[in-house]
Order: sequence, then C-alpha cells, then structure tokens
Amino acid sequence: MPRKKIKLNSPVDSLSILDLNGKVDPKLEPPLADDLLLNLYRAMVLGRRFDERQLSLQRQGRIGTFPPITGQEAAHLGAVAALRASDWMVPSFRETAAELWRGRKMENIIIYNNGYGEGAVIEPERNDLPWSIPVGSQILHAAGLAWAIKYRQKDDVAMTFFGDGATSEGDFHEGMNMAAVFQIPAIFVCQNNQWAISIPRAKQTRAKTLAQKAVAYEMPGIQVDGNDILAVYVAAQEAVTRARNGDGPTFIECVTYRMMMHTTADDPKRYRTDEEVAYWQKRDPLSRFEKYLTAKKLLDKTAIEQIEADVQTEIQQSVDAAEAKMKTLGDPMDMFDHAYADMPPNLVAQKKMLAQDLAERAKEAPHG
Amino acid sequence: MAKMTMVQAINMALKQEMAKDDRVIVLGEDVGVDGGVFRVTDGLHEQFGEERTLDTPLAETGIVGMSIGMAIYGLRPVCEIQFSGFSYQNFHQIENHASRMRWRSQGRFTVPMVLRTPYSGGVRALEHHSESREAFWAHMPGLKMVIPSGPRNARALMISAIRDPDPVIFYESKALYRAFREEVPEAEETFPIGTSQIVREGGDVTLVAYGAMLRPTLEAAETLKQKDGIEAEIIDLLTIAPLDDALFTASVKKTGHAAVIHEAPLSFGPGAEIVARMMEKAFYYLEKPIARITGYDVIIPLFSREKSYLPDTDRIVRTVRKTLRTPMMA
Repeated sequence: MPRKKIKLNSPVDSLSILDLNGKVDPKLEPPLADDLLLNLYRAMVLGRRFDERQLSLQRQGRIGTFPPITGQEAAHLGAVAALRASDWMVPSFRETAAELWRGRKMENIIIYNNGYGEGAVIEPERNDLPWSIPVGSQILHAAGLAWAIKYRQKDDVAMTFFGDGATSEGDFHEGMNMAAVFQIPAIFVCQNNQWAISIPRAKQTRAKTLAQKAVAYEMPGIQVDGNDILAVYVAAQEAVTRARNGDGPTFIECVTYRMMMHTTADDPKRYRTDEEVAYWQKRDPLSRFEKYLTAKKLLDKTAIEQIEADVQTEIQQSVDAAEAKMKTLGDPMDMFDHAYADMPPNLVAQKKMLAQDLAERAKEAPHG
Repeated sequence: MAKMTMVQAINMALKQEMAKDDRVIVLGEDVGVDGGVFRVTDGLHEQFGEERTLDTPLAETGIVGMSIGMAIYGLRPVCEIQFSGFSYQNFHQIENHASRMRWRSQGRFTVPMVLRTPYSGGVRALEHHSESREAFWAHMPGLKMVIPSGPRNARALMISAIRDPDPVIFYESKALYRAFREEVPEAEETFPIGTSQIVREGGDVTLVAYGAMLRPTLEAAETLKQKDGIEAEIIDLLTIAPLDDALFTASVKKTGHAAVIHEAPLSFGPGAEIVARMMEKAFYYLEKPIARITGYDVIIPLFSREKSYLPDTDRIVRTVRKTLRTPMMA
C-alpha cells in the first residue's frame, strides 16, 4: 500500500513565437500565407482604431458605455482566424476585432453601443452568437452547440471566449467538464487580461496558470503569449484540428492585458499603477506584429500609412452609416418584437396600452 | 386507450416525440440508464440509446446551459432538473439567456427547449423537495410556464411543449405522479399552451386552480354542492404564463364570486395576478372580495407540519363558505 505521486496526463505547454521586438523564433514560425498575415494586420489596426473612435464617440455622448479591446486584439483575432465560416463563435463582449473578422458590421456595433438592440443582429451567414454580458454564462452554450455538432456528425467547432474572471465562475467549470466528458468539439479561449474590473488575476485564483485548469478535466491546455498573434493562431489551429478530428475540447489561455478601462464607466487609475500599464505597453501586440511583418518585407512605412488611411475611411463610413440608420430606429412600439414566436394576449394588450400612452403624450405635448 | 399514471403519460409523450423527431434529446441527471428518479424517462435509454437520453454530470447550470446551446443549433432538448429545488442553480441561464435569446438576437436564434422538473408538496420529502415556485418563472418575459393537473393533459401538454418554438418550464407535481390513473389515448393529443380549461360548470362561485390543487378543489366543489347547495365553476389554468384570463374573467362575471387556490406562498403568487386581472376585467361584476387559498409566506415546513401548510379540501370549503357569506360593504 504505497504512497506515491500520481502521474497526470495533459501536460500544459507555454507558447511564444514573437519576442517583444517582434523577432520571430524561426523554429516555431507558422507557414502562413502573406495574404493572411496582411489581412490579420489590417484587422488588428481596424480593431485598435475602431476602439479609439468609439471611445471618442462615447466621450462626446454619441454612443453609450462600451468595453474597449485595446491590447487584446491578437488574443481574440488570432483565435478566430483559425475558424471557418461554418464554425461557431460564442463571444463574451471583449472580442470586437474577432467579431469584425467574422463579418459583424462595424455600424451595427455602434448602433448596439448606442442602445439599439438592432445592432445585435446576426446575419444568416454568420454562425456566431450575440454578446453575453453575465460573465462566463455563455461558455455552456458553446458546449451545447458542440454537442449538437457532434450529434449531427459535422466537423465544425464551437469556440467560446471569456476572461480571467470567468474562470472563477461555476459555469466555466461546468462547461469545461461537460465538454471533456462528452468529448465534443469545443474550444475554450480565455483572454487573461489580468483584471476583472478592479480584481487582479492573482485574486481570482491561487493557480500559477489558468491553463492548468484544463488538467483537472483531462483536457489539453496551453498557455500562450496572447499579445503574440502567431502564438495564438498556432494554438487555436491545433485546437481546431483536434476538435475537427473528433479528439475533443481544448483550453487556451491567452496572456494579455486590458490597456484601457473595463468599460467606459470604469476608472482603472483607482486600482492599478501607471508602471504596470507601461510594462504592458512594451508588449503591445500591434507593434510587435508590425515589426515582424516589416522584417518580413510584407510591410513598409508607405503600406502602413495606406492601411491606416483605409481603416480610418472605413470607420468614418461606418459611423456615418450608423448615424443615418439610427435616425430610422427607435420606435418604442418595437420593444414588443421578438419576445415570442407568436405574441401572447398579454403582450397584445400591453402593446395597445403603450400605443395609447404614446398617443396621449403626443396630444398633450405643446405644439410648435 | 390505456389507463395510466401521470409518470407513464409523460413517458409516453417523450417516447412518441422522440420516435417522431430526432431533434428531441432528453438530458439530465439519472435520466438514462436509471430512467429518472421518478421513472419518467424509463425505457427511453433502451429505445433511443445513450446519445438521445443523455446522463449528464451532476451540474444543473451545465444541463440547462448546454440545452440552450443545443436548442440554438436546432435541436429540441428536453432537460430534467431532478427536483425544482435544484433549479435555482440554473436560474440565471433561464433568466439571462433561454428567455431572451430570441429577443437579443433579433429573432435569429430561438431556444425551443423544455425544462421538466418535479415540484409541489405532499409526498413526505426532504427540504428543497416540496416547494412551488412557479411565480419565479411566470415573472420572466420570454418564457412559458406550464403545470398539468393529470395524466391526460400532462401527456398532451408535454407534446405541445416540445413542439413550442419558445422555452417552456414544465412543472410536474410529485403528488400527482402516481396519485391516480386516467385514460390516455395512444393516438397523439396536444393541448395549446396558454389555454385554460373549464373542468366543472357552476353559477355560484368561480374557483381557479392548477396542478396538484385541482383535485382538492374538485372535491371541495362536490362538498359545497352536497352540503351547501353551492355550485362552483372550476377553471384549471394548465398554463401559468402566458396566463389565459378569458375563461376565469368570463366565469366571474357570471358568478360574482371567486377564489384562487395554489400551494405557492400567498404574496406575489399567481393568485395575486389572477385577482388583479379579475379586478381589471370584471370589477363591476364582483359581489364579494376574492379569496386566495394558498400556502403561507414561510418556507414550506418539513412533512410533519406540511398538511397544515398545503391548502386542502376542507380549507377550500370553509373559505368559499366565508367568502359567500361576507356581507357587502355598506
């Protein structure tokens, strides 16, 4: 009856391909097509500049509060770049660059962030879910989708996103466990951005890594430099291949940093230091990728300027389109839409009450 | 036609829908090999295999959250939460997602799932095994809440719930599971969700009940007829939300008197909504205050005291007599 160490399966790797200066490790460099690399770069620039523009719109009162993504572009973009259109993306709410990559219209994001539900529309060709704000609660929907994919014998995958805070939620553990037990094609992508509003990563868990949580579920887990888009892409590609081949789920921890506030209603100066932000500034995913592509001769100053100019034009067009569209939206009567397949009598009656209330207000309002 | 218990009738509904539609998946704790702790899913595992009668890990949130994903994909999950007392662990999945995915996604995604769960007291059970919390679910926009009162309507409502395009919470009274047998035709029967039923006609007083409270209400009506010559009209709600107020408001316009019977606590219970609808739609026909015969606003006591908490025939009879005798205000 000896006492001995149990040898556990599922070792946890750590992966980093680009160094802080964007210098690539040639042994680990993935053979990605130039087109893909340039498209990813453009998508990162778009995500960053759109964030900046939305922040300015918010400060001007032209949209409501929203969750910025700056600093995390590589972590979510690199992951969805390994998906195909028929796969499912199950977001939380800090994956804007990935949503744009998957085909969500920028104008709809603006519309949504300005309080119009219409902005959450998902076009029929996109297999993505809308935002899920209660932290971690969407993880199980990816497990359900993945179960259904396996049941229907498809080789699609369901990839879900969440933050470091979500790994403290029960839904995360139940989702990981379900996916491992049923060996379904689910991919769990944690954007560990170090902060859950004001709570630092060290106060979420004693664990040395988040990736190691996969070990308890007998699931492959990997920790990647989340500010290195090549590392994120490689890890996601491996996970996608595993899932498509019927070899079950994967957990990917992308170590990154939320450079901005949790949402525009938050003031991070209350809980973190400028030094810490400066430390992560040096690890900026966009400049590292830019240096890599420049060294690869895929980019130069002119090309970068052109991309920046194109992106600004695209953003301006989206802002204009959103503001024009919003002029046509906002009929309060629409609040009764999409409640049920068929409107039950209580809603029919209440819709009439609202119509009457609006008519009475209009009548009483001073004319001229 | 076979005479069967409510357990057998719901089992029959599940078998018939699973045989007809491969989108229907049963999942939950002990629903597979064991056939469910109340045997509602008995025999499904043998007939439809492990994949369609999924024994899940012990995780209520997981069961419901996965069901939501399965439903979004286009399947028709029927999940079992073993006791409604454990369904609060998955409450947020229903409130935050199942009930509003249609709305949030602007109609692109829907959640046609059924959450089956046993509720109600009267079976000498442990704590957390006897509550009636239908008001929680009935209060959620986007959700439907169904409570059958016997084998035949349970079978028909279950088929309708599975086919419903929106999420349905399906409460099954433990007290009714094996309380009596009823003829249930083999041929398919459905019953429209959102529709109540008159189960006894009468001109003196309107009694509104549902689930396990229907039987004592029917018995009370017999006693009132025999002993007092009072003819009660009884409405079996069957669906709590969306509430069908057409029959009970028409009835109270005729009788001028009403009582609502449920075992859920009094305050903010379904009775409050029913009384409010009667006030809104039949105020000028009411001759007396409307009575609510319900559980008290306490945790339902353990079974040594349970009888005094649950409305029974005697309490219904006495309360209806008092209601009819209450003098009109001067």
